[in-house]
Amino acid sequence: MRRAALTLPLLALAAASAPVAAGDAPATSAWSAFAPPAGATPGRTVFWNYCEACHGDGPGKPGTAALAAKYNGAKPALLEQRTDLTPDTVKTFVRNGVSIMPIFRKTELSDADLAQLADYLARR
Amino acid sequence: MRTPPGVSVGRYQQALRQFTDAVGRDFVYTSDADVDLYRDAYSPFRGENEEIVASAAIAPDSVEQVQQVMRIANEHRIPIYPVSTGKNLGYGGSAPVLSGSVVLDLKRMNRILEVNERNASALVEPGVSYFDLYRHIRERGYRLWVDVPDPGWGGLIGNALDHGAGYTVLPMRDHFDGHCGMEVVLANGDIVRTGMGALPGATTWQQFHYGVGPYVDGLFSQANFGVVTKMGFWLYPEPEAHRCGSVYVPRHDDVHAFVDILCYLTNSGICDSTIQFDSPMITAAAKDAAVAAIVNRRGGAAPSDWDHIAAERGLMSWGTKFHFYGPQKVIDARWEYVRERFGVIPGVKFTEGSAHRFPLTREQVEQVDPADKVSLGIPNLQIFAFGARTQDNPSPTSGHLWFSPVVPMSGEGLLTARRVFHDAFAEWDVAPLGSGLPYSFHARTFLFLYGFQVTADPAVNRRNRATFRRMIQLAAEHGWGEYRTHPAFMEPVTDAYSFNNHALRRLHETLKDAIDPNGIISAGRYGIWPRHLRQRRT
Repeated sequence: MRRAALTLPLLALAAASAPVAAGDAPATSAWSAFAPPAGATPGRTVFWNYCEACHGDGPGKPGTAALAAKYNGAKPALLEQRTDLTPDTVKTFVRNGVSIMPIFRKTELSDADLAQLADYLARR
Repeated sequence: MRTPPGVSVGRYQQALRQFTDAVGRDFVYTSDADVDLYRDAYSPFRGENEEIVASAAIAPDSVEQVQQVMRIANEHRIPIYPVSTGKNLGYGGSAPVLSGSVVLDLKRMNRILEVNERNASALVEPGVSYFDLYRHIRERGYRLWVDVPDPGWGGLIGNALDHGAGYTVLPMRDHFDGHCGMEVVLANGDIVRTGMGALPGATTWQQFHYGVGPYVDGLFSQANFGVVTKMGFWLYPEPEAHRCGSVYVPRHDDVHAFVDILCYLTNSGICDSTIQFDSPMITAAAKDAAVAAIVNRRGGAAPSDWDHIAAERGLMSWGTKFHFYGPQKVIDARWEYVRERFGVIPGVKFTEGSAHRFPLTREQVEQVDPADKVSLGIPNLQIFAFGARTQDNPSPTSGHLWFSPVVPMSGEGLLTARRVFHDAFAEWDVAPLGSGLPYSFHARTFLFLYGFQVTADPAVNRRNRATFRRMIQLAAEHGWGEYRTHPAFMEPVTDAYSFNNHALRRLHETLKDAIDPNGIISAGRYGIWPRHLRQRRT
C-alpha cells in the first residue's frame, strides 16, 4: 500500500485521540465501490477494479447492457463469460475506447495491469 | 514527435530531458501512441484537423515533482495543461485547450491524506476518484458520505474545480462550495496553501474556509493560475435515514405556484436534495402525437389546450422528487410539511418513494435502484452512460457534450427558457439529448442540460458545434450564461460574460500576467489566454 509522507504539519499535529485516519491511501485507484472478491486472481482483480462498474453483472452496468443490446444473446453480455476475446482485442478497446467507453491512459491502467486483464478475459 | 507551439525542438528536447530527471523515464510520455491516450475521447473535432492534442504528457507522483516540473516548464516556456483524473468527459477530457501543450497528468497522485470523522472532512490529492474515497470510507467503517456526481470515476478535485455537483445536500453537493482549503503549485514552482493552511501548525485547514485576508480559492477553479495538488472537502455525516417522495401538479400554469413553493422549501433548507424537474406531459409527447402538437408548439403551449389534453389523458403537468436525509422523525416531519405547502395547489398528487436506514450492507447497496445510487452517495456510472447502446437505443453515440445554461429559478424562467431553447432546436432541426427540463444542482438556480451527440461522422459533429455556438449566443441574448463548458466552447461561452467591455476578462488577464507571467499554465482555459497568445482569441 502506498503511504503518504508523514512530514506534513497537519498530519503530524492531528490529535491522537481524534477520529482521524492519516496517511492511508488506496492500494490502487479503482473504479469500483467495493474491494475485489477474496482470492481473486491478479487478472480478475484488475477486472474488478477497472471494469466491473460498467461490465459487471447486475443492474446499472452500462457496458453489460450495451453488449446485451448489441449481441442480443448471440454472445454473452458479460465480458467474463466471453470465449472469443483475444488479448489484443482487449488491449485495443482499452487503449482506443468504443462508443461512450473512453480511452484509458497508462496512469489509469498500466501496461502490466492491462496485460493481466487481457490474459484474464482471453483465458477461455 | 509533436512540439509545443512557439518552442524550438532543441529547447523542447532539453525540457523533456529535465522532466525525465524529475519524474522518471516511465512517466514522461512522448511517443504518438502514448500521447494519443490523452485525446479527448468525446472530442467534437474527432477525425478533423482541428482536434486539440497534446505534444507530451508527464505524470508526477508527488507535489515536489510537480514543483520541479513547473520550474522546468517555466524556464523553457513550455505550455502545461494539468488534469487530475482526466475524466471530465462531456466537458473535456485529458486533452488541453491549446494544441501542443504538455499534459500534466496528476492521476498517480491518488493519496487520501486524511479522513476526519468528527469534522466530517477529507484531504485528498488530485488523482483520488469518488470510487476511491467511497471505498476508503466503507472499508474503514466511517459514518460518512461523500457526495458523488454522475461519473463515479471522476476526481474530487477536478470535478470541484470545474464547478461540478452531485445529488445530496448543500454545501457538499456543490463540490466547489463544499471544499475547504487548497494546496497550489504556482507557475514558478512556489507552493501556496489557502485558508487556514497558510498558518504553519494550523489544525483547522479543513474546518475554516477563509483563513484571513482575501479568499483566493476561486482563482483556481475554471482557471489557469496554478496547479492544485491537495484539496480539503467536507463530507456528510451519514444520516440515520432517507426517504423520498414525489409531488405532481395537474395544470400548465401550476408551474408558477409549484416553483414558488419549491424555492421557499429549498432556500430554507427544508428540502435539501438536487431537484430534477419532471413533466409527464412532456414525456408523453415523445410517443403521443396529439400531446406533442400541444406541448411542442412553437411559441409555447397554449395553457388551455395543454390542460384540456392533460385532463383527457390523465397526465400531470409538472413535478419533482424530493429526497430527505436525517433522523427519521425529522425527515418524516419535513415530508409532511412539504405536502402541506404543496397541498394548496388544487389537484396536487403525492407519491411515496423508496426509504432506507443506514448504514447499508453491501448487499443493500447493490440492491439500490441504479438511478437512485447517486442520491445515496454511492458512486457508479449508470447516469453518466448517457447515449450508450441499450435495448431502446440501438445507435449509441461516441460521446456527448453538454450545453448547460443557468436560468432563473421561477415558473416564468422555466417556461421562457424551455420555449426559447425548444423553438431554436426545432428551427435548426436538432434533437438534443436530455429531458429539456431544468435541474437545481446549485443553490437558488435552475440549470438546463442539453446534450449534443459526438458521432463518428465529422459532418454531424460540425453541425452540432455550429448549433452549440448558436445556442450560446441565443442564451446570452436572454441574459443566460453557461455554468461550465467543453474546451471547444470556452471562448464563446466566456465571451458572453462581457459586462463593461469585458471587465471581468480584463481582470483575469491582469491576474494571469501577474501570477503566471510566462503564460505556461492551461493557456486558453475558460477564455483566459496569456499575453503572448491573446491574439488567438477569435
